Amino acid sequence: MEQNPDLPELAILSTGGTIASRIDYRTGAVTSQFDADDILRAIPRLGEIAQFRAHQIASILSENMTPSLWIDLVRSIYTEIRNGAKGVIVTHGTDTMSFTASAVSFMLETPVPVIFVGSQRSADRPSSDNVMNALCSASAALSDLGEVAVVMHASTNDDRCAVHRATKVRKMHTSRRDAFASIGMLPLGYVDYPSLEVSLGDDAVRRGGTEVALHDTIEEKVGLVTFYPGMPADVLSRFEGCRGLVIAGTGLGHVSTACIGALRDLIDGGCHVVMTSQCLHGRVCDRVYDTGRDLLALGVIEGEDMLPEVALVKLMWVLGQHDDAGEVRRLMRTNLRGEIRRCSCNGF
Amino acid sequence: MDFEKLGLKAGIEIHQQLNTKEKLFCHCPTALRDFEERTGEFFRYLRATESEMGEIDRAAKEEMKVMRRFTYYTYDTTCLVEDDEEPPAPLNPEALSIALTVAKMTGMTPVEQVHVMRKLVIDGSNTSGFQRTALVALNGSIPGGARIETVCLEEEAAQRVEGDTFSLDRLGIPLVEITTAPDMHTPEQVQEVARTIGMILRSTGCVKRGIGTIRQDINISIAKGARVEIKGVQELDLIDEVVRRETARQVNLLGIRDELHRRDASVNPEPVVVTSLFADTKSTILKKANFIAAVVLRGFDGLMGREIQPGRRLGSEMADYAKKCGVGGIFHTDELPAYGVTAGEVARLREFVGAGEGDCVVLVAASKDRALCAATQVMRRAALALEGVPEETRKMLEEGSTSYMRPLPGAARMYPETDVLPVPVSPERWGGIELPELISAKAERFVADLGLDVALARQVAYSEKARAFERAVEGGVKPTLAARTLLGTLRELSREGVDVDRLDDDAIIEVLTRAESGTLAKEAIPGVLSAMCGGSRIDDAIRQVAPAMSEEELVALIRDILSTRAEFIQERGMGALGPLMGVVMKEARGKADGKLISELLKRELQQMV
Repeated sequence: MEQNPDLPELAILSTGGTIASRIDYRTGAVTSQFDADDILRAIPRLGEIAQFRAHQIASILSENMTPSLWIDLVRSIYTEIRNGAKGVIVTHGTDTMSFTASAVSFMLETPVPVIFVGSQRSADRPSSDNVMNALCSASAALSDLGEVAVVMHASTNDDRCAVHRATKVRKMHTSRRDAFASIGMLPLGYVDYPSLEVSLGDDAVRRGGTEVALHDTIEEKVGLVTFYPGMPADVLSRFEGCRGLVIAGTGLGHVSTACIGALRDLIDGGCHVVMTSQCLHGRVCDRVYDTGRDLLALGVIEGEDMLPEVALVKLMWVLGQHDDAGEVRRLMRTNLRGEIRRCSCNGF
Repeated sequence: MDFEKLGLKAGIEIHQQLNTKEKLFCHCPTALRDFEERTGEFFRYLRATESEMGEIDRAAKEEMKVMRRFTYYTYDTTCLVEDDEEPPAPLNPEALSIALTVAKMTGMTPVEQVHVMRKLVIDGSNTSGFQRTALVALNGSIPGGARIETVCLEEEAAQRVEGDTFSLDRLGIPLVEITTAPDMHTPEQVQEVARTIGMILRSTGCVKRGIGTIRQDINISIAKGARVEIKGVQELDLIDEVVRRETARQVNLLGIRDELHRRDASVNPEPVVVTSLFADTKSTILKKANFIAAVVLRGFDGLMGREIQPGRRLGSEMADYAKKCGVGGIFHTDELPAYGVTAGEVARLREFVGAGEGDCVVLVAASKDRALCAATQVMRRAALALEGVPEETRKMLEEGSTSYMRPLPGAARMYPETDVLPVPVSPERWGGIELPELISAKAERFVADLGLDVALARQVAYSEKARAFERAVEGGVKPTLAARTLLGTLRELSREGVDVDRLDDDAIIEVLTRAESGTLAKEAIPGVLSAMCGGSRIDDAIRQVAPAMSEEELVALIRDILSTRAEFIQERGMGALGPLMGVVMKEARGKADGKLISELLKRELQQMV
């Protein structure tokens, strides 16, 4: 298929997303052919916006995504940016899209938009959200944005997509088109449909603010556990040998008194424990109640207003970069990619 | 018309809404709502997708000539499934049982597993862009011998509010689709088969009733014509007329084709831009348009205006095709000068585009994209006129003529619904399906066993109250009283504005039983039912409407009346009975049984005479 050489170049990296996929009815799986022709044939209007280079990184359902694939992906993104891509689009299954997006966000310093996009209705249906999401993601990838973001339907209408910061976005519904929501902040911006006009808020990092850089080491031995009433302490003991553990605690960031001993053992064994909240909204504060103070005394790190899964990915990355306990603690409490907000804004 | 000689072949597809508790693929009720009750609305675009073969269905393509924005109304009785925001629930087992019952009634063979398929429909009436449909059984026949090819379960489409706005209350109501073989050769046969299938469906007692709950699609062709599917015939009585008119249309289109061939007609391959010719026109439509395209049809002069069906011409067919591009319609020289276009303008147009005497020029006026799209559609339809009758899906207009909707769908239209698991139909399940009595058999039984006359028996058997009727009769109520009350009295009360839907069958049967046993006067039945519709319980209603008179009270009343009319009685003797009955009834109606009143009055009168 002819591409217009006068248009800017975008890279599309596929991990098994549904943008140009077809179902193979024999196996029920998504076919693995994926090139620029497929994409342009499926969504011809893309060809009016940009030229595309397409690569397939994987062909998996997103629940089968792994940290080692994050690394393959981020290296490809890095190469595309080095080769002059004006923006990068990553197609991804929606289930774990926010994990991958935040992993890329930590591993890559990017001067151009890196846009994650998926669809909640498969591409074979006339009502699929894939076309609108893909077109909006292409427009966002050409925009003035300079960070990693997720672009998906903003409402059940086909009216606009929201641009979410990779480290502040979460899938908040099992099936709706507008399942993705920014937590603790407004979306970075919107892309109107069908005009594809992009509007970015003040929060959005702008294009060209940094040189491209790659930091692609990750510590995979990190866990995430959700505390629940009556949780046996030995659930925590199972994480022995991990270098890090993120807890999604209750409320301000608590686990039961019964768990304190097991946590002490973990921390004494060299595990970095970061506390986040299963409330998702709001900031952890372990200085209000007794249990919280006990946790701080053990050396538990308050995860501020980080989402539990973002804290997990960040801890993996920080531990991949540093061994020094003090530095790990400092970085986990420092905003690196917009994952920690200095103030908890009104309205969230 | 000699239909057999013309080679008429017709088959029908009947779509009947089922009266299930829940929809086919979600747990919402199958309730229709007023548009004013909507709780919100949203909008979407639909697009034609490639099938797994890499093709786009031709019918779907036709609907996609312009990007259409569809708006949907939501209700507190619809959910995310109708919104295409949640995967479908498993196939409704109640609906499947009804479909299997219909299949068994017509001697069909069930499939071993019911597989749900998606049928592309992108006219906006399905939020997903497809209609879910599942084959349930094959190969049966109905009394009279017509072959039934398939019984399917389908989901009902959303109801069009207007334009591209749809209401989601109807979307997902289960439908049974019955398809006959193309075995019918006269309009009357088609109507008769439709009537019989309708009767079979109603015999299940599980179908919805009322306008729009049953729709017939008719497939028709004649020997040299083509298969045409006519959608949405709602009135049974119009079916024969639809078949007659479609046959005529095909005959007339073939006539036009022959005439075009005689004239060596052709379609100019390129439209001509004629916008500037109409810069100063008095025609508001042409003046408003920023682009006008002309199509020259060689040898078509006079044929565009020829009637092919009541109210329909070749020109109307072309206009239907053009409208798919979002234009309002077309102008053609067979109908010009008119609509503000002058004879001078027509002459200049003909000269400009090089159209001769025998040629026809078609104009489309709109934005450039739409006008060119419409011109291409006109050329396409004109080329089809040279071939004869195009294969089409058409919709019925009032009175039985039809207009073009889209080409017949191709094979690329169906593909598997991957979100719904197949449902096995085990031999046990099939064996356990009980066959309901056919309404026609029921009517015969009412005549034979209950002595109802044929017309009343049919009326009762076909009515929704047939079951209540039978229960009342089993409980000892006389058939005529039960029939009169259930069919006549209730309708009259409803007409008077009484909310008879508040009465359940049990309540009505209780009233009838009391009347039959003599504890309630038959004359009081309407009043008592009416009071019960207002919320009274049966005993209160009777006390309020028809405080029963004891025999002593009745005798006292009669004696009282007779004593004041002694002169009249002496004069007339027993001949006074009739007039006196009227006077007594005026006082006692509904408070005592008429027969008893009559007996007592006669006795008292005899004593006086």
